[in-house]
Amino acid sequence: MTAGLGIWRAPQLSLRFWPVFLRNLLVWRKLAIPSLVGNIAEPLMWLVAFGYGLGALVGQVVVVGEAGSTQVPYILFLASGSICMSAMNAASFEALYSAFSRMHVQKTWDGIMNAPVRLDDIVLAEMLWAAFKAIFTVTAILGVMLALGISHSPKLLLAWPVLLGVGITFSSLALVVNALAKGYDFFTYYFTLFLTPMMFLSGIFFPLEQLPPLVRMVADWLPLSSAVELVRPLFLDQWPAKPLRHALVLLVYAVGGFWIALALTRKRFRG
Amino acid sequence: MNAGDGTGAALLRVRGLCKRYGDTTVVDDLSFSIAPGECLGVIGPNGAGKTTTIRMCLGLSAPDAGDIRYALDDTGSTLRMPQDAMAIKARLGVVSQLDTLDPDFSCAENLLVYGRYFGLRDGQIRQRIPELLEFASLSSKSASRPAELSGGMKRRLSLARALVNDPRLLLLDEPTTGLDPQARHLMWERLQQLLLQGKSILLTTHFMDEAERLCSRLLVLDHGRKIAEGRPRELIARHLEPDVVEVYGVGAGALMESPLRALAARVELSGETVFFYTQSAKALLDALAAWPQLRTLHRPANLEDLFLKLTGRQIREDA
Repeated sequence: MTAGLGIWRAPQLSLRFWPVFLRNLLVWRKLAIPSLVGNIAEPLMWLVAFGYGLGALVGQVVVVGEAGSTQVPYILFLASGSICMSAMNAASFEALYSAFSRMHVQKTWDGIMNAPVRLDDIVLAEMLWAAFKAIFTVTAILGVMLALGISHSPKLLLAWPVLLGVGITFSSLALVVNALAKGYDFFTYYFTLFLTPMMFLSGIFFPLEQLPPLVRMVADWLPLSSAVELVRPLFLDQWPAKPLRHALVLLVYAVGGFWIALALTRKRFRG
Repeated sequence: MNAGDGTGAALLRVRGLCKRYGDTTVVDDLSFSIAPGECLGVIGPNGAGKTTTIRMCLGLSAPDAGDIRYALDDTGSTLRMPQDAMAIKARLGVVSQLDTLDPDFSCAENLLVYGRYFGLRDGQIRQRIPELLEFASLSSKSASRPAELSGGMKRRLSLARALVNDPRLLLLDEPTTGLDPQARHLMWERLQQLLLQGKSILLTTHFMDEAERLCSRLLVLDHGRKIAEGRPRELIARHLEPDVVEVYGVGAGALMESPLRALAARVELSGETVFFYTQSAKALLDALAAWPQLRTLHRPANLEDLFLKLTGRQIREDA
């Protein structure tokens, strides 16, 4: 049946993921207000404090884009990068702590698998759910950014689907870690050793151009760098340079991450 | 012999099932079947392979050998696990050992959300919810969350949830473990009600009175192997003497060496209690009058005696 591929066989996905997604949505609707505050208030505080506070010291930042260099206010520079970070964080938290609670602590997944729903569909539902949380957070933050007048670029409409892609990428990656976790503590490694360094190497707080060449080479292949490279120009009413390359980087991380997450989750549930 | 051994009518038929973890064989060449309307009890010590067998029947664990077939609809068409897992599970009801109720949902929402996993429409499920809650004696708890329910209520909600798709066959893994006597009796009553409705049940349990009360047929497992199978009363008659005299008190152990031994077919010492298994207890009870300081209990042999005879009295390492 599995033709020797075992846990690495192709994902068997179906529409049965939808009731699982709906389940998460129903829980979230009950807890939406506190979750909204946590997801949106905190990134906005960072943005306002650093953007206006530090921005007053920094002044303008030079962004090298497709149409040459542009001078932009620091708050715009930071906003266009930190929106990607918010998408990443929202997706990661949901696909780590919340998914782990459902999978391991509450045994929700075990209950679902007694019904005609495959593990593959549950993992897909969790991935899309975490991406939904990311896009919800991003939408609210974008709304505030518009209200603050940080950017009024019409191209922001295009940033939205890109940020959904960012959510999908990071929820897929987080589900790999979820599949390996023995407890909540395990996630600290992922945050401290992967997500936090990446935040500083992806051009969110400062331009990558000022980094040493070796570090830049690494940074060029990080999913968050590609996200920022795609989203920032849209904030500046420009087009991204090398959009296909960056989209491809995100796609490889997303598809690869999901596949590995599925394989490791299958291994975890195989018994 | 009995309906469960029939070939054509069985709802579930398992043949030659094997499961190994490394060098340990947890299920060893196991075969059994369940006929419509039957309640098959699977009993055995911890680690006997009961839960692993259920997991394989649900396609959650892959057997190393063997064949699992279901025939759950009127056409009698055969579905195989794991190939037809989704079609099979659409027609099964399952209560696992640990409750997997959603803590964030009310009782009614738990049923609604679970029904959706079967592809049922919200309207269909909502129509069934009052009846399911009533069956679980939870009508007044419709809006309560699982944390507000007692252990027995949670188990009954799990049972109601397993009925949301109106299955013909239920797989119940230790449905009454951890319940107090009242809750257990209510659960038994409900399971009997389901059997009267014509549903079939596969049930694992540690409680011999539960097995004796509910099950039309029993499967005794030990170390993954089937060591006995049959109707509860027949099994007792086949393996045991009809009468048991338990003797305990100071000096009871000395009876093991006394001439009283000859009055019983079999004598066992467990701790400070001597068990006499006999065809007729009269002579033995008369003789015991000479030991007034010892306390005696005369009773018919039961399933627990059978279980202990077949699987031994010693505590299992992994128990």
